[in-house]
Amino acid sequence: MTDSGPLSTTPLHDLHLSLGARMVPFAGYDMPVQYQAGVLKEHLQTRSKAGLFDVSHMGQVIVKAHSGAYADAALALEKLVPVDILGLKEGRQRYGFFTDDNGGILDDLMITNRGDHLLVVVNAACKAADVAHMKTHLAGCSVTLLEDRALIALQGPAAEAVLASLAPEVAAMKFMDVRDVTLVGASCIVSRSGYSGEDGYEISVPADKAEELAKALLAHDDCEAIGLGARDSLRLEAGLCLYGNDIDTTTSPIEASLEWAIQKARKTGGDRAGGFPGATRILGELANGTARRRVGLKPEGKAPVRAHAKLYADAEGKTEIGEVTSGTFGPSVEGPVAMGYVPTEFASAGTQVFAEVRGRYLPVTVAALPFITPTYKR
Amino acid sequence: MLKFTAEHEWLKLEGDVATVGITQHAADQLGDLVFVELPDVGATFEKNGEAATVESVKAASDVYCPLAGEIVEINEAITSDPSLVNSDPQGKGWFFKLKLANVADAKDLLDEAAYKELIA
Repeated sequence: MTDSGPLSTTPLHDLHLSLGARMVPFAGYDMPVQYQAGVLKEHLQTRSKAGLFDVSHMGQVIVKAHSGAYADAALALEKLVPVDILGLKEGRQRYGFFTDDNGGILDDLMITNRGDHLLVVVNAACKAADVAHMKTHLAGCSVTLLEDRALIALQGPAAEAVLASLAPEVAAMKFMDVRDVTLVGASCIVSRSGYSGEDGYEISVPADKAEELAKALLAHDDCEAIGLGARDSLRLEAGLCLYGNDIDTTTSPIEASLEWAIQKARKTGGDRAGGFPGATRILGELANGTARRRVGLKPEGKAPVRAHAKLYADAEGKTEIGEVTSGTFGPSVEGPVAMGYVPTEFASAGTQVFAEVRGRYLPVTVAALPFITPTYKR
Repeated sequence: MLKFTAEHEWLKLEGDVATVGITQHAADQLGDLVFVELPDVGATFEKNGEAATVESVKAASDVYCPLAGEIVEINEAITSDPSLVNSDPQGKGWFFKLKLANVADAKDLLDEAAYKELIA
């Protein structure tokens, strides 16, 4: 994916412009990086009240077996992801990733059991490749990219009150529940999940009703529009990976510390152990460990340590041990936060390493993720 | 005498010492600053040398030394509270005082009218 050529727009593009957003190219879309409040205030708004994010650039994909049976679609998708999809209950969602034959990560995604089919949400930059990948490999299934729906994330401690003002039944949903909900007269698919570390929802809405829904949510006193800048600092404080930064085809799920997303059924000794691309490596790493791990990194000073900063074992920069993959200033942490890869012997929380910033070697402590306490409604 | 650069720094000249900061326009474009790194007192720079670094949540940016000279004072208030640069960039949010190597060089910088035209 490149940013060359004309940019696509989402159904909320006019709304972004009317709200004074600063627009940037992102994964081929013209997207709001921030609104007038700015990244810092938008981040804190989301942690204290509620933020509305346009994530319509992401790919929403329906996977349906020709037989009409959920189990057939689930078993087909299990050939591409090391996740228990057959065991996912109707109306429930789960995190996963497409792996390649080398055990690297092709993309990460959210997977929902919608009764007789799967709804899969993939990253914008990967969606064309993901759809092609699924069309090639999901035997006996139809794979349909939904081009006529927007996706709106509503995140923060007030998200429940904001969305319940339009549809009271969403208050009863738990983290990773997915339901059909009518909002502003439109048939929406609402999940209680997100990418901020806060309680909240993601709402799939018909494109022609997206602006009306966004305006109805923004009419609530506690809800403000939030750009991609704050989305990045929120997810980083929450310890969540950004595909292309923290995970890619050169990182295995175990190196990336994502083994929690591989359920028992797919591990060695499970009912459907293996059977996904790269299984030999990934199950081997689950049993024997990896040479490196993704860890949280807390710079000890005030200077942000950004992506691609080199990590060293020593304060003189003699022994390079790894690299920062994401780094910023965390407005809620009130200090710099980062994540990156280090050799496993350096991966325990509390280990001191050094990051090169503008020719200096700054002390950084390996830290448990997330940096904030998530408020998911379990 | 107040002067500006095309890189969005301002200089207030008093004798051979210039107080230097970034303009309101630059502060608005950068957004809320969360970190400022200033040069050491006594450091010397050529014109357009990288004298300071400012960081927002999103990115780091360099602040250039507008003329050749030696740093004689720095504003540590902005390292402890970077938001001063956003709230008062051409006042309390000054960065450093520069003893100019050659005062006459300042005449080549932009005056306020020319700078305003540049950002218009």
